[in-house]
Amino acid sequence: MISNIAEDEDKWLAEGIAGIQHNAFYMHRSLDSNNLREALKYSAQMLSELRTSRLSPHKYYELYMRAFDELRKLEIFFKDESKHGCSIIDLYELVQHAGNILPRLYLLCTVGSVYIKSKEAPAKDVLKDLVEMCRGVQHPIRGLFLRSYLSQVSRDKLPDIGSDYEGDADTVMDAVEFVLQNFTEMNKLWVRMQHQGPGRAKEKQEKERSELRDLVGKNLHVLSQIEGIDLEMYKDTVLPRVLEQVVNCKDELAQYYLMDCIIQVFPDEYHLQTLETLLGACPQLQPTVDIKTVLSQLMERLSNYAASSAEVLPDFLQVEAFAKLSSAIGKVIEAQVDMPVVGAITLYVSLLTFTLRVHPDRLDYVDQVLGACVKKLCGKPKLEDSKATKQIVALLSAPLEKYNDIVTALTLSNYPRVMDHLDNGTNKIMAMVIIQSIMKNSTCISTADKVEALFELIKGLIKDLDGFPVDELDEEDFKDEQNSVARLIHMFYNDDPEEMLKIICTVKKHIMTGGSRRLPFTVPPLIFSALRLVRRLQGQEGDVVGEEEPATPKKIFQLLNQTIEALSFVPSPELALRLYLQCAEAANDCDLEPVAYEFFTQAFILYEEEIADSKAQVTAIHLIIGTLQRMNVFGVENRDTLTHKATGYSAKLLKKPDQCRAVYACSHLFWVDDQDGIKDGERVMLCLKRALRIANAAQQMATVARGSSGPVTLFVEILNKYIYFFEKGNSQVTSSAIQGLIELITSEMQSESTTPDPSSDAFFASTMRYIQFQKQKGGAMGEKYDSIKA
Amino acid sequence: MNYLIGAFKPSCNISITFADGKSRKQVPIKKENGQTVMVPLFQSQENISGKISIEPLQGKKVEHNGVKIELLGQIEMYFDRGNFYDFTSLVRELDVPGEIYERKTFPFEFSTVEMPYETYNGVNVRLRYVLKVTISRGYGGSIVEYQDFVVRNYTPPPEINNSIKMEVGIEDCLHIEFEYNKSKYHLKDVIIGKIYFLLVRIKIKNMDLEIRRRESTGSGANTHVETETLAKFELMDGAPVRGESIPIRLFLSPYELTPTHRNINNKFSVKYYLNLVLVDEEDRRYFKQQEITVYRLPETS
Repeated sequence: MISNIAEDEDKWLAEGIAGIQHNAFYMHRSLDSNNLREALKYSAQMLSELRTSRLSPHKYYELYMRAFDELRKLEIFFKDESKHGCSIIDLYELVQHAGNILPRLYLLCTVGSVYIKSKEAPAKDVLKDLVEMCRGVQHPIRGLFLRSYLSQVSRDKLPDIGSDYEGDADTVMDAVEFVLQNFTEMNKLWVRMQHQGPGRAKEKQEKERSELRDLVGKNLHVLSQIEGIDLEMYKDTVLPRVLEQVVNCKDELAQYYLMDCIIQVFPDEYHLQTLETLLGACPQLQPTVDIKTVLSQLMERLSNYAASSAEVLPDFLQVEAFAKLSSAIGKVIEAQVDMPVVGAITLYVSLLTFTLRVHPDRLDYVDQVLGACVKKLCGKPKLEDSKATKQIVALLSAPLEKYNDIVTALTLSNYPRVMDHLDNGTNKIMAMVIIQSIMKNSTCISTADKVEALFELIKGLIKDLDGFPVDELDEEDFKDEQNSVARLIHMFYNDDPEEMLKIICTVKKHIMTGGSRRLPFTVPPLIFSALRLVRRLQGQEGDVVGEEEPATPKKIFQLLNQTIEALSFVPSPELALRLYLQCAEAANDCDLEPVAYEFFTQAFILYEEEIADSKAQVTAIHLIIGTLQRMNVFGVENRDTLTHKATGYSAKLLKKPDQCRAVYACSHLFWVDDQDGIKDGERVMLCLKRALRIANAAQQMATVARGSSGPVTLFVEILNKYIYFFEKGNSQVTSSAIQGLIELITSEMQSESTTPDPSSDAFFASTMRYIQFQKQKGGAMGEKYDSIKA
Repeated sequence: MNYLIGAFKPSCNISITFADGKSRKQVPIKKENGQTVMVPLFQSQENISGKISIEPLQGKKVEHNGVKIELLGQIEMYFDRGNFYDFTSLVRELDVPGEIYERKTFPFEFSTVEMPYETYNGVNVRLRYVLKVTISRGYGGSIVEYQDFVVRNYTPPPEINNSIKMEVGIEDCLHIEFEYNKSKYHLKDVIIGKIYFLLVRIKIKNMDLEIRRRESTGSGANTHVETETLAKFELMDGAPVRGESIPIRLFLSPYELTPTHRNINNKFSVKYYLNLVLVDEEDRRYFKQQEITVYRLPETS
């Protein structure tokens, strides 16, 4: 059925073209023989082919173009009076004798253009006559093409400023009048197309109309090309008249297209100066018109214009471009009740982009836009529409990108309120965008207020939001998010300790609401950030004296204690333990014995109560030993208690090798290689011997259990400890003891029950090489080693 | 054969020439046999003068009972062909009975001849002017020669010439208002006007303006009316909407119009009408006919 129609159309088109060619042939012959009457007769017959109603606009255009080409030849003939011997005035009458209107008017336009060119009559009179006479064709497609022809043949003959046709009687105004009238009539015809012909599918009709829109738009283009239209005239005549037509035609397609045309064809400068008029038309358009695209285009153009030169900026201020755009958008949204939320937001995005580009210094404008957006969104449920949320993200991202500085965004009171309207997922994405922006620009957030504001923005990441099922979270995403938050915390910094403390308190307040899954990520950066402050305070302790509530390390440590405690409930005991130890070390540096002791206590308690996994225990005990070794704040008693505990736990580890290693590590607790560090050689030796015993026991156990003893690694390790303390001058560690151990190892290695292990062999061998080396080096150390036989 | 034809040929040649024949304007007329010939043009109250020359054929003499010339204005109805009604008849005697041996010339003159009616060639009626020269003979019938001429009468532009303006329509269907700038047009005039659509509920396909000539002949029960459409001029293509105003500009010169003739000698009338026709998509025609008066304006050139 449909293909039949298409085939028929092709057939009709072919017939039409054949008709044109046939008559054009005779027309050419008449032209060659200078026979005016025949030429008119055949040209009229040729043009009669354009009277068809059967072709779609597309095909009709093809036919039209054929006729158009032929008419050019006719025009050349008309121009040459010597050929046809008829004055142009008579010719103008003569062509009007044609009985059919369409050929008559095509011919009239053709002669008319020659008439103007001859200047035998004022251009305006001829133009006016032509545009009036064309009213006779009321058929939309035929009328559109006819008027398009008129526009085509007249466009270089308008009485524009500086043109040949300008004269006393012919002014630019006449040119404008002519084009405007032709435009108006064409638009009417175009709009009317939709009511034409029964049984035509609406969609098809719309498509056909779209194909013709450029014919109408061309008029606006012609208008824009008229040099003589200055701002004044544009403002007083051209724009109001065009807009009047646009508004009155009440047609969605036309309104959208024409508004777009206006924006595209006329200069930015004019738009700026006529913003009010232009924008005033927007709310009057049909509610279904896609105004948002139109306005976006306008704002984009204006902002490009503003960007093009700094000189035009004062104009923007003078005409209050922002205020006008803003209120226009408000009105449009009000007028178009059915506009989806996404449309409104898109408008705001455009306005925001405009503001950012034109008035980058006016944060209040930005806030105003956001505020308007909030107003639109409020009272509505959270957005489900993915397009709308995308637009909101764009809206929120724009200021970040512009200012490269979240601090600026933080001053926008409406910013978080807009974010509230996002669904949780998007909210998080937005929060991530914010954090990434901070990271990218290494923005330092320097006051507690800003931190507070920032946390308000990214609260989607900080805590579980109401009604959001937690289990939907993607583990990896979650980690990413929380790592970002952790990184963010490091971006808070203020040189003033007071403020910094405030910042820390704020951060703490927020991250504490995060729940067990987040704390392990967020607490450590907070702790380290706080410890950094502590270290800074260390350096300037004197200064803070006398201030009423100084940010003392003590206070900070209290805070830290609470924070870590929260972590231990999570539970994340290993992490808490590490942090306790870090804090203890910091407290140590601050000479706060009780605080440090408290931290250790906490660490031990955690060790005892929470850390059950043997591997974790091993790690933990080594950490404890390591930290404790470096502590110098403790008095003898406290230190004893702690070292005793540590040694005790070491010996209670599950696996013998672990025990052994922990115990020999403990030896360092009694020997701090500092100037005034504790140097208790005896207890060092005790530890080492104990380690040796454990190693032996381990060996035996292995023999019993597996029939072969384990490798000698443990012994070699202990040997290294011996050598260390030997070199450090621990008198308890004698060369004979070392000698004995070496022999023990050697015999063990030779024993058949020992499983050979290349790595421990290599370890032993290199240890021996070291001894050899020290011996050969000579000097004091060489002498010391002298007695050891390798 | 030649002899035979020669026997029936008139024994002399008669030629009629007008005094100002060289300078006088000639116009074409269609003769009964379909040929077009050029004849001189006169108007009422002109002097019609000239010469008649009679030339007997070689070696023959023409014996006659007198020679006369008549100026006749005749109306011929086609249903009554060959029967002329003379509304004007003027006679001049040119010669007393006698014999003509050689070429003889007679001047003649009809001064300020009253010729109120124009020459007209219609569908059913013809009005003509003719000069008729008769050589009366007792035997073999008279020798007669005719010379047609055309009369056109000019009218100055009327003092009152109102426009034709009218609102017509079909209730709830179509309402238009049309205006023609005048009610009286001369033959080379232009009809200017417009049609304004007040209400359009039908799908109009196009609109034409027709010029129609109504020729009525006879009188009373015998009246015979013939209507011809002389012009069909498309004014509008496509369907207008309410509020549209369509211009009219129709040049009359291309059409073969005559002045309006009203009740010529109680024999016939010729009237002109403008017929505005709207055709809808189902090819239904809606029309309104208005009479216009056509007159002949004195030619300036």
